Amino acid sequence: MSKDVAKERSMIIQKEMIANHFMELSTAKETGKKVVYTFVPGNISELILSFGMLPVYPEINALQSGMRKKSGDYIRDAEQHGHSEDVCTYVKCDVGMMINGNIGPTGEKIPNPDLLLLSYTGCFTFLKWFETLERLYPGVPVALLHTPYQEAHKITPEMTAYMVKQLKEEVIPKMEQVSGNKYDEEKLKAALRNSSKVEQHIINIFDTTKHRPSPIDAYFAGVYYIGPINSGFRGTPQAVDYYAELYKEIRERIENKLGPITPEGVMEEERFRLVVEGPPNWTHFREFWKLFYDMGAVIVASSYTKVGGVYDMGFRVNPDKPLESLAEYCMNCYTNLNLQQRVDLLSKCITDYHADGFLVNSIKSCNSFSAGQLMIMQQLEKKLEIPIGFIESDLVDPRYFSYSNIKNRLESFFQMLEQRKMIIKTA
Amino acid sequence: MPVYFPREIIHAANGLAVGILGGGDKKLILKGDAYYQSYICHMPRSIMELVLDNHFEGFDGFIFPSICDVIRNLSGMFQLLERGSFVKYLDLPQNFKSHIGGEFYIHELQTVLKSVFDINGVSVTPERLNHSISLFNRNRELIHRIYAIRQDFPWRMTAADVYNIVRAGYVIPVEDHNAILEKVIALVIEENGEPLDKIRVLVMGAFCEQPPLGLIRTIEMAGCYIIEDDFLLGSRWIMGNIDTYTADPIKALTDAYLEKSTFSSSVYDVGNPKEVRLLELIKSRNVDGVIFAAPSFCDPALLDHPILQKMCNDRNIRFISFLYSENTGQFKVIKEQVGTFSDSIKLWEEPLQLKK
Ligand code: SF4
Ligand code: SF4
Repeated sequence: MSKDVAKERSMIIQKEMIANHFMELSTAKETGKKVVYTFVPGNISELILSFGMLPVYPEINALQSGMRKKSGDYIRDAEQHGHSEDVCTYVKCDVGMMINGNIGPTGEKIPNPDLLLLSYTGCFTFLKWFETLERLYPGVPVALLHTPYQEAHKITPEMTAYMVKQLKEEVIPKMEQVSGNKYDEEKLKAALRNSSKVEQHIINIFDTTKHRPSPIDAYFAGVYYIGPINSGFRGTPQAVDYYAELYKEIRERIENKLGPITPEGVMEEERFRLVVEGPPNWTHFREFWKLFYDMGAVIVASSYTKVGGVYDMGFRVNPDKPLESLAEYCMNCYTNLNLQQRVDLLSKCITDYHADGFLVNSIKSCNSFSAGQLMIMQQLEKKLEIPIGFIESDLVDPRYFSYSNIKNRLESFFQMLEQRKMIIKTA
Repeated sequence: MPVYFPREIIHAANGLAVGILGGGDKKLILKGDAYYQSYICHMPRSIMELVLDNHFEGFDGFIFPSICDVIRNLSGMFQLLERGSFVKYLDLPQNFKSHIGGEFYIHELQTVLKSVFDINGVSVTPERLNHSISLFNRNRELIHRIYAIRQDFPWRMTAADVYNIVRAGYVIPVEDHNAILEKVIALVIEENGEPLDKIRVLVMGAFCEQPPLGLIRTIEMAGCYIIEDDFLLGSRWIMGNIDTYTADPIKALTDAYLEKSTFSSSVYDVGNPKEVRLLELIKSRNVDGVIFAAPSFCDPALLDHPILQKMCNDRNIRFISFLYSENTGQFKVIKEQVGTFSDSIKLWEEPLQLKK
């Protein structure tokens, strides 16, 4: 591992963007900016921003709490307030954070919502989460945007029409009422033009893993790369600049034949190329990542980086059809795809990025991801005859991260990959 | 599949809608566990066991109404298994406006009807559908009548018997079920048995994965009469009758879903808080306490509990809660818990001051 861990320019830009966003949030009450709580999958931030409002994403707060080792206490507090051990820990972490003053990652209080935008894409628990929030913030209006599931492997005109009607008659009127501003389609179109550029950059960035060595890790570093588009910067010029810079840096890495950057420097030898399904664990993120880079394992594609939008299959927002585009964007998020589509997408990733193995990190909290994962594994094994690994953890509940268990399983998996490589070599 | 599906449309298309509620405590799970992690509820694994053991041979199609992500993804698993002529995830709208969610729902129902038509060629005319709706109206009326009789005379028939009788309606034609329900009413309308010193409870949280019969019996044996519950909720989902004199019965079914649905963990309750609806039910059923019984790992039910239990605390309504799974076989702990609950209400509590 090379010890060169100097921060890339894109990292500095991202840090500033996010710090500014939280700063704006912390002064929202003074500046009069309205605050909208919403979710990452199907985040229609372009619309929120077009009304001059600021988005807050409870999942992002939860994952940040996990990384800052605060989630264990928050979850315990939520359980003391009657929440079951059995349910999604993102919800409990968020509830616990509120009980403890709603202090965000930068140490400043996150303002209370002026609008709860329940754009529920790909996860039924979002509904339940907002029913809980609605009671924690009584009187705050709720705008519900029901995103139909792609059950028939496609988006039908009826699905789009249903969503557009909801946008026109439920979401936009509530945003007008809360923000005091009229809907401005031109503003929305301008934001979507930016989103379209960003979507293309994102595809280009994640497509660079075709190279050997892969210049990036599409899971552990990937979650940082999708940070801006999933945390308030969809449709902004800053996002366009950030992704352009990031792509430039990655191209330079390719020219210099450099492997991915890890917390301990550049990975020097790429031994295994993996596709990973499922979110990462946040409470032990560094240790978790280290288990991979220490073994020379690089993730060349991951489904988790597609939760906030899937662009691999050609979808791009179309600024000329702004509301239809927002609807289709929501319906195209990863967990809103049916199992067959998920199998197809993963199998495309495995093939396109020449993966040696497929690994599932099954998350106890997340039925949306986890239910059906074992069948996805079976299907991929049958279809591609690829080695499959399986580990279990949780997003933000430290009680469900067993380092030794995961390490043992990964070691066996890497051994299996090694043996297979030898067999292929000698064949 | 649970929870609610408008069976009327299948009846009108000359089909039989069979409710699949899992393998309960009868089906040994050998293969199903290979499809689900340990932290996912039990019912989908028993449904997988049933399908892999060919229990659904001869079924033409499978419909999965939206309840939660587990059921949603189970629909995908059935699609991958290629069972039946069609597999449909029925996305019940969470928008309850007629021209928004209603229109979407109509289209969903028409998609189902088209799949059935492709199998049997039966066109559903307004007359046929009106007739089917009237049979299911009658079915709901009769079930409601049984609950009403039990509200006043719970000793005349056990909750487990009511459960079995209502559940029969999930697998037989509605005409036959109505005939059975009428006979049952004729029996329970007459006095029989003696009232026992039991408390009156409402059981909540069991709307999807069904509790084993032994659990229902245990609750009653431990000193409770179950007066109200959310088992087999689909059979009572629509509250009141659906219009049967209409040229557009699909719209009538849709309006009923939008306007007359009961409350459930699978429906977002914006503008219609579930704790208020539970309170109304507690009052109208005149119960002494609530038993929150939910399947392990059931996000929808369990995420509702803090909300509902807060209301109970605020109103001084006594409650207990526990988890089960459809194949729970040991009820000793639950029996003790329920027994203590019942005793404490009998011995120490004033009758609930909420009563009518
Ligand atoms: S169930 Fe999964 S997708 Fe849904 S809120 Fe929890 S972690 Fe997120
Ligand atoms: S029991 Fe709960 S989690 Fe399981 S399928 Fe039913 S609603 Fe979903």
